[in-house]
Amino acid sequence: MGIDPGALGNGFPMNEIARNRVITAARALKDLADKPLKFMEVCGTHTVSIYRAGLRALFPRNVSLVSGPGCPVCVTTQDEIDTVVRLSGMEKVAIATYGDMIRVPGSTLSLAQARAMGASVHVVLSAAGALDLARRLPETTVIFAGVGFETTAPATAAVVLEADRSGQDNFLVLNFHKTVPVVLRTLAKDPGLALDGFLLPGHVSTILGLSPYVPLATEHGLACVVAGFEPEQIMAGLVLLALQNREGLFSVQSAYPQGVRPEGNERARSLLDTVFEVADAKWRGLGLLPGSGLRFRPAFSRFDARIRLGLTDIPAAEPAGCRCGDVLTGRIHPAECPLFGFPCTPEEPVGPCMVSSEGSCAAVYRYGRSELP
Amino acid sequence: MCLAIPHTLIAITGPKTAIGRYGTVEVEVRTDLIDKPAQGDHVLVHAGFAIERLLPEEAEEVEALWESIRAHSGTASR
Repeated sequence: MGIDPGALGNGFPMNEIARNRVITAARALKDLADKPLKFMEVCGTHTVSIYRAGLRALFPRNVSLVSGPGCPVCVTTQDEIDTVVRLSGMEKVAIATYGDMIRVPGSTLSLAQARAMGASVHVVLSAAGALDLARRLPETTVIFAGVGFETTAPATAAVVLEADRSGQDNFLVLNFHKTVPVVLRTLAKDPGLALDGFLLPGHVSTILGLSPYVPLATEHGLACVVAGFEPEQIMAGLVLLALQNREGLFSVQSAYPQGVRPEGNERARSLLDTVFEVADAKWRGLGLLPGSGLRFRPAFSRFDARIRLGLTDIPAAEPAGCRCGDVLTGRIHPAECPLFGFPCTPEEPVGPCMVSSEGSCAAVYRYGRSELP
Repeated sequence: MCLAIPHTLIAITGPKTAIGRYGTVEVEVRTDLIDKPAQGDHVLVHAGFAIERLLPEEAEEVEALWESIRAHSGTASR
């Protein structure tokens, strides 16, 4: 049976070269996948591209793809959401954060609801925007709720260095940054998942390069391929994953040379390393993972909202019935969550995987419902 | 998780700032994270920061990748 180009969705405009590459890659994938192969696409932006472009219709029956933990808002814990909502209620405090964060339901309120009740909550497109806000509001303590992985954390570091140089002491960071390689090692060991490889995140790898993933290949025997976000780049990544499995030779490869140098971005890593050090972090669905987060180095602790405001963690329960934790670790498909579609929708989300533009539940709800049984 | 959009730097405006263009949109881009930003650079921008220079689609590495994929395509499906 040939590959039906008509199966491609219209959600993702493609030029002819890209379309031909997608078809070429789909043929190669079909030829190479000579046994059942289960891969995880780590990154939420991959998840969205895959559903939006309708790529799943081109996968051979042998290839299945589960979504991973690469949605920063989704892996932010309920405790963390509650903490930032709690701080938004303080006098002379403004919260600055990225857009998806404000709609995540906390135990009592979301940031959007707190804002409707009078809290000062600002959406910023960049960490630099949060520092600008602190400059404009000198009488207010501006708290930047910084989420994101290695792609995003260097920007936070750059802004903290700038605040340090300019003495912007009304600028604090509530640091929710997490790092990717450790969580992948945890998932690699999960016998319930039984993965055959990782489609690795493109832009995290822009910063990290390829070497941090090497143990996944050498110790866990998993195929590892970094992919870009265009449909043909994702398909190229899947072909290389299938090829590694066919040959039984596992390594870390890049199918995204346009945006990822093998050595990564040393300058960004150096900035990150100046401001932050490796720490333990809690993840929704995975709990505490040693070495999977970042904390301020002592020289920059005056920008750490947790230290400056004496915050302590208050454990919070996740929303009743919400299975975001299982969705973002590939254990269930979003549609297997009993809340999917009713009552949980992008308009009335119960959990963060339905809120975030990168969440698997939102991606399936918006683009993938025609595939559901 | 980390959407990044290709921009062309059309002007360097400070030691850590530039104007980037994407389509018809022009925005301020921070250049802290790349070495020696220059006018005309094609960069990936994530959350307001340029995180890397982009290789063009015609780059040897990209062509080599697709050559290897083509080599594995089309025996069973013709």
